[in-house]
Formats: sequence, C-alpha cells, structure tokens
Amino acid sequence: MDINIFDFYNRMEKDNIMLSFKGNVTSELLTSVLQIMESKMETLNEPSKVKKKVYNILVEALQNLYHHMDESSEELGVEHNTVIFMISKKDDTYCIYTGNYIKKQNAERLKARLDKINSLNADELKEHYKEVLNNGMMSEKGGGGLGMIDIARKSGKKLEYQFQEVDEQLSFYSLNISVAQ
Amino acid sequence: MEQLVIEGTPKTPTIKFNPEEGKLLIQGRSIPENSIEFYKPLVDSLDSYSGAAKVDIVLEYFNTSSSKCILDVFKKLEKIKSDGNDVEIRWHYEEDDEDMLEAGEDYQAIINIPFKMIEIEE
Repeated sequence: MDINIFDFYNRMEKDNIMLSFKGNVTSELLTSVLQIMESKMETLNEPSKVKKKVYNILVEALQNLYHHMDESSEELGVEHNTVIFMISKKDDTYCIYTGNYIKKQNAERLKARLDKINSLNADELKEHYKEVLNNGMMSEKGGGGLGMIDIARKSGKKLEYQFQEVDEQLSFYSLNISVAQ
Repeated sequence: MEQLVIEGTPKTPTIKFNPEEGKLLIQGRSIPENSIEFYKPLVDSLDSYSGAAKVDIVLEYFNTSSSKCILDVFKKLEKIKSDGNDVEIRWHYEEDDEDMLEAGEDYQAIINIPFKMIEIEE
C-alpha cells in the first residue's frame, strides 16, 4: 500500500476542501451531505442568501449525480459507476466539483446542452428555463434537463466543464460550479 | 372528499388539502430525488376536486424535479379555475430570497391563475 494520507490531507487543506466523497451515491448519503453542509454554513455564519444559493445548487449538482448513476448503472458497469464530489470554500467563493464516467455518445449530447446553456445570458436563461419547465419532457423521476439550467441561473456563472477521454467507450465528465457571494 | 395530510420530512414538504374549505397548503422543503411519486396523491386529489381554492405555497427550497410536479399541481388548479371556480395562489418567499420570488414569477408567467407574492419578514 502506497497511500500517504498526510499528503491527501495537505492537498485538501491547500485547496480549502470542506468535504469530499468518492463512491456510490444513495439518497441517504445525499441527505447526510446536505445536512453536514447546512450545519457547516451555519457555523460559518453565512448570510441566509448565501446559504440558500449554495444549498440549492448543491441539491441540483448532487441529484444530477444520483440520477446519472441510477440511469447509467447498467451501461457503465460496476467499476465505472462511482462518482466523486468535493466542496471547497476560498475567500467568499464556494466551489462544487463533481465527476463521473459517461458513455462517449452521451457525452456529445451533454456537451451540446452545456454549450447551449453557456451561450445564453440571464434573461435568455430565464426564458429557456420556463420553456423546458412548461414544454420539456419529464423523465420518469422528474427533472428532465432543468437541473443544469437552474445551476447556471442561480450561480450566475458559465458552467465550467471538461470531458477527459478514458478509452474508446468512456469519458470522464467533470463540472466545476462556483458560487460567489 | 377526504382531507389529504402528508407530514413533512427533511426532503419533502407538509401538504394539507382540505376539500371542504377549499384550502391547500404546501410548506417546507421539496427536494426528493423522486418527486413524481411524492406529489401523486395531491395531483390525484385535485383531479377529482371541483370548487373554489385558496392555495398557499410556503417553500424554503425546492429542486427542479419538484418544479415540474408543482407545475402539474398548478395545471390541475388552472383546470379547476377554467371550470368557473375562484382560485388564488399565494406564493410566500423570505425577505431576501430573490431566487424564490423569481421562481414564483416564472410560474405566474406560465399559469393562468392570479398569484399573490407575499414576503415573509424575518
């Protein structure tokens, strides 16, 4: 075993990581993570506006991972069906990082959606949200593509994403969301 | 018609629908992973209801999965209104919560029911 946990610790300390997780996402896990983050922000005396924004975006980002796992477990296989997420706070900015494997053909569709969202200004995002809310197809579990639009609207920032090629079939998709006060 | 009462949990709101008084309350947090299942009893109750309705939405948080279901609830109410009943939606939001106010305005733009935006003072 070659793991030096102190290195991990220092790296996370340097990057101001408040919380990190790698593994399977379950409903219970999300409930706990949300509770932990809520009480951390309470301890840090964050203004209620900041708490709400971060909480809301966190719910969407983590539930995206949850639904992704739920929907892709079969095609990704056990070894690629785990995810990672981290939450950091530096100065007044919270960052939420998520990462998961994705099939290459789905990556292209996702990229097109993200680029479309990033091409819209605040008013256009509002219109796009209403349009998808009112006319969009609802997936079996709800949602149906609103999550990313909501994250972009609430964070007020462009979505920062990356697809890293893993092999012929798979890419690793990472998303960085920053929420400034 | 029977009253519908669903007690709130950390991820789901309290729902109280009293058909005799025509009052509906949705209050708390609505962030379940699967919101369709959660809202089904309410959507079904509204399906078989006809009469005036006073609706209070007092949500602290809701996720996008719930937003579709809340729209479904409003669409049922819109139908009830178009059958000739008085329907009013009171959308409550906390003083500094612009996102929640804006969410209410989004629904107001889609649904043909009078909305009242009510600020909750802290």
